[in-house]
Amino acid sequence: MPSAPETHDLDTAGFRAAILDPAREKPAMVAGPRGKQAVKRFNVYRNNVTVSLINALADIFPAVQRITGETLFRDMARAFVRANPPSSPLLFLYGGEFPAFIEGFEHARRMPYLADVARLERAWLTAYHAADLPALQAQSLAAIPPEDLADTVFAPHPAAGLVRSRHAVFDIFDTNRHHEKIRPIDTARAQDALVARPGIDVTVTALPEGHGAFFEALLAGETLGAAAEAGAKCADTFDINEAIGGLLSTGAFLAVKTD
Amino acid sequence: MNTTPFREGPFAARPPAEGRSRFAARTSRIPASAGVGFKHSHLDAILADPDPVGFLEVHAENYMGDGGFPHRALERVRQDYPLSLHGVCMSIGGPQPLSEDHLARFKAVVDRYEPALISEHLAWSTHDEVFMNDLLPLPYTQATLAHVCDHIDRMQGFIGRQMLLENPSTYVVFENSTFSETDFIREIVRRTGCGLLLDVNNVFVSATNHGFSPMSYLMDYPMEHVGEIHLAGHAVQEDDEGAPLLIDSHDAPVADAVWDLYAIVVKQAGPIPTLIEWDSDLPDWPVLRAEAAAADRILEDAAHSFMMGKSHAVGA
Repeated sequence: MPSAPETHDLDTAGFRAAILDPAREKPAMVAGPRGKQAVKRFNVYRNNVTVSLINALADIFPAVQRITGETLFRDMARAFVRANPPSSPLLFLYGGEFPAFIEGFEHARRMPYLADVARLERAWLTAYHAADLPALQAQSLAAIPPEDLADTVFAPHPAAGLVRSRHAVFDIFDTNRHHEKIRPIDTARAQDALVARPGIDVTVTALPEGHGAFFEALLAGETLGAAAEAGAKCADTFDINEAIGGLLSTGAFLAVKTD
Repeated sequence: MNTTPFREGPFAARPPAEGRSRFAARTSRIPASAGVGFKHSHLDAILADPDPVGFLEVHAENYMGDGGFPHRALERVRQDYPLSLHGVCMSIGGPQPLSEDHLARFKAVVDRYEPALISEHLAWSTHDEVFMNDLLPLPYTQATLAHVCDHIDRMQGFIGRQMLLENPSTYVVFENSTFSETDFIREIVRRTGCGLLLDVNNVFVSATNHGFSPMSYLMDYPMEHVGEIHLAGHAVQEDDEGAPLLIDSHDAPVADAVWDLYAIVVKQAGPIPTLIEWDSDLPDWPVLRAEAAAADRILEDAAHSFMMGKSHAVGA
């Protein structure tokens, strides 16, 4: 993006700095009418920017806010907004760095699963706005000669997302988003969650053991053979037929890559 | 300065050619009646309402995603309602060139949904690559006037349509301003041929905050270029000296004083498409619908007295 030309009439750089840092003075030239002060007046803009961006994060990460409570969430979000203001006017793209920020936020350390829940919520919104494209159909797979199957590579659907976690990321996400009463969860149980949107509704699936490694390899552009190997390495119970069934039923892929 | 062919004067909004549009009736023109901002939580109630509002308005940025539910919902209501497209992030009032990416995204929404009205703000929100998600103010000077006109020329040229420019609500003034807001706006219209979106609540908010008369603002305002009116609720805080400071919050019913000003405007200017804006603390549909009905009653009165006024040649 081109940077602002020199202008002495509107100091947008000074404005931006003062809005994002409450310790700064209001920008030069900004005043109240007829000699009035403008401290509270300028603070309206500071407040509008900060609060609207905190609210945007609360909309994107509702399960995280439910887990932390509103006070901690807003403290965390305020610090994030000031350090990482959005670079796009499309706020549905905002918050990609919020999970990593949560990992480093001191008051969230006692909730080591929180960042992965945030990753899953961010993936959910990406899927919600992704392009309307039909998912890979069984007949495309059936058309591949059996001897070529192991070398097949798939193009991910634009809505597809995967969060692999050492915590029960799916259960925590699901209960905090969808249940009025929080059920007890063994948070230390590792879970992998797959996000997709084969139709209009976003789907989130808890993957069986080994399938996280399988999907991770496929989404990274590795062959079906390599993905099956990765899955089998993670779990003795890994079954390639079941995995291929999931590849089709989740809608996480768009097409067989032909090149 | 201004180099586009559009500076000579207003150019007509171009309705989609008959028969080509995927959208049903009422696509080409917005009637001089009341509309509301479209919120997805009201979708079912809007579709079930036997008494349709005059039009729906959406924020352009909410439909800049690739697909999914937002587009599905807008396509559905677009079959039944004319549309007004309201941009909130173009940053027309800032010194830096408009984002080419954002222009392209904006045009894609225009091309897809064929809005009858297109509007943006006299404000700015982006500096370098930081987006501040608010409508920030600017001083009114020769230099800022040149920037704003260049940006409006660029936007109108890019989308091939006339846009309406909305007057801001402001909380501060600039010591270096050399124009009044109404003179600044009049000069923008003269140079770019854009139309105007008169936000009556913004006039009331700014007038209260800066201690001027809203009536004198409206008398100075180039009313003949207004293509749409906005009405919204505001909140009340206090300024540094303890006097009322109004906040353009869009989270409440339209205030009585704003209804009164609105009635005066449409009595003098004639009926104009009018939008009820309600963006946070959303009410149930019947509450919003009732606000639109209240605006419709004032518009009907205005239509009557406007015609009478014309036939008897009574001055405003």
